[in-house]
Amino acid sequence: MTTTARPAPPDEQADPAPLEVRRTPARKRLVPYWLLLPGILWLLVFFAAPLVYQASTSIQTGSLEEGFKVTWHFATYWDALGEYWPQFVRSVGFAAVATVLCLLLGYPLAYLIAFKAGRWRNVVMILVIAPFFTSFLIRTLAWKTILADGGPVVGALNSLHILDLTSALGITEGHRVLATPLAVVCGLTYNFLPFMILPLYTSLERIDPRLHEAAGDLYARPATTFRRVTFPLSMPGVVAGTLLTFIPAAGDYINAELLGSTDQKMIGNVIQSQFLRVLDYPTAAALSFILMAAILAMVTIYIRKSGTEDLV
Amino acid sequence: MAATGTTATPSTTAARTPNKGLRWLRRNIITIAGLATLAYLVLPNVIVMVFSFNKPNGRFNYQWQRFSTDAWTDPCGVADLCGSLGLSLQIAVWATVGATVLGTMIAFALARYRFRARAGVNTLIFLPMAMPEVVMAASLATLFLNMGIQFGFWTILIAHIMFCLSFVVTAVKARVMSMDPRLEQAAQDLYASPVQTFLRVTLPIAAPGIASGALLSFALSFDDFIITNFNAGSTVTFPMFVWGSAQRGTPVQINVIGTAMFLVAVLCVVVGQLAGKRRKRS
Repeated sequence: MTTTARPAPPDEQADPAPLEVRRTPARKRLVPYWLLLPGILWLLVFFAAPLVYQASTSIQTGSLEEGFKVTWHFATYWDALGEYWPQFVRSVGFAAVATVLCLLLGYPLAYLIAFKAGRWRNVVMILVIAPFFTSFLIRTLAWKTILADGGPVVGALNSLHILDLTSALGITEGHRVLATPLAVVCGLTYNFLPFMILPLYTSLERIDPRLHEAAGDLYARPATTFRRVTFPLSMPGVVAGTLLTFIPAAGDYINAELLGSTDQKMIGNVIQSQFLRVLDYPTAAALSFILMAAILAMVTIYIRKSGTEDLV
Repeated sequence: MAATGTTATPSTTAARTPNKGLRWLRRNIITIAGLATLAYLVLPNVIVMVFSFNKPNGRFNYQWQRFSTDAWTDPCGVADLCGSLGLSLQIAVWATVGATVLGTMIAFALARYRFRARAGVNTLIFLPMAMPEVVMAASLATLFLNMGIQFGFWTILIAHIMFCLSFVVTAVKARVMSMDPRLEQAAQDLYASPVQTFLRVTLPIAAPGIASGALLSFALSFDDFIITNFNAGSTVTFPMFVWGSAQRGTPVQINVIGTAMFLVAVLCVVVGQLAGKRRKRS
């Protein structure tokens, strides 16, 4: 970041500014920099600098008593990956499944609000946003009640023999749902569903309903209309929604901790316990660096592939 | 004739009913699926509300025992609960003020001026929103540890302002960008000074964006757990209290506060909507 102010480059002629800029005193040209300074400084000091600190921590060795020193110990990365790769794979897997579920569950609801709710639109909208108002930890704990071993949900799934099927597939264990992958994915899906619905709704709402009529006039069946008109036009919402769901879900450790057992620990759980309980800072730093790099790489590829770079 | 008629009618209706049912199902499948999702979203809130009237036998409030209003008449009856709630509100208010002021300034600079390093600023705003919380949390805590800064109220506040900032910038920038610049030019043509133009024209138009950024900040800060978990030390905010209680035993009062927050917020939204409608009509 340079703080030297210069007149705007002359190539932007659409704006009348260049002429004026040359005449405005230096004090006025510095205005944007003064506006940016405090906020950007905050982000540089408390967001960017910590990432650099963390990078240096990840290659340190030492102990709490003697202190940590940078020894360019890159082996920490290999050791961390070697020991915790199952949690990495699980995190990406759980987050991916939860994202797909959010899309499948969220799309009909977003569609309903955008095109079918009519005068109920505001009511449904409030019901989507309202759960946010209760702390998400309390709501996640409520899933412990819903999925409890003797509860109606588990009872119904049991009598329909669905739990036999899911435990054969390895999604659940025995005749229970809590402390299984199903419970964790269910919690992740629930927690991040609104982050899928809101961007989907925003992009669906922008679609001109006359396009649907036009497709119908041209003898497209409803399914074809959806596949060829509605869904392509809602792509920005799909991309934004999947990102807003996948990124926090991959780093989450609350659902795995509250609804899962030790066999469902995700990478967030490992980072948390390494940092706050084991106090092995280099390993925690290496793990979170790998997580960050993996997610940034996946997000970049995804945005390129889906061709909506203007999103960022 | 009559016999064939009676045999024919049930068979045709039997053939038609599933068809009709299927057709009805096909026509309303989106509505049904949407309402099912809505139920999935709202169900935990209903459970929280119902279980705020529970009187559990043990320390955990996961199983229904019997109806009681004990927790509602004594919401602060659990040690540290209301203290943590007050602390969370205090942090949320200050984090909202800080993030809204800093974020609005950045948003105006981005929307109204041309300057160097614009792409860099945009990236710096975008990255915190694309970063898993646990990464930001661990790295910021690393910084505080290295600097020897004592964890507590101030470290939580710093962290909250940091992650709320980007959301405010995004909300305010969208609003200012969509604003017609000719309105400001018109104000200046009518001899308004730059300060007058800003206070009487620009700020009122940007206000909804600023308000939604501030509301979002408040909600994000009040409900944040992951970043607070790493940067709080032994200070206990409300989400930290709930997290701890998941291990020690969940008091019913947690559900009371969750339900009360929910009701107050829904009430605010409904009143706001009604007021908006009335203003439109008049």
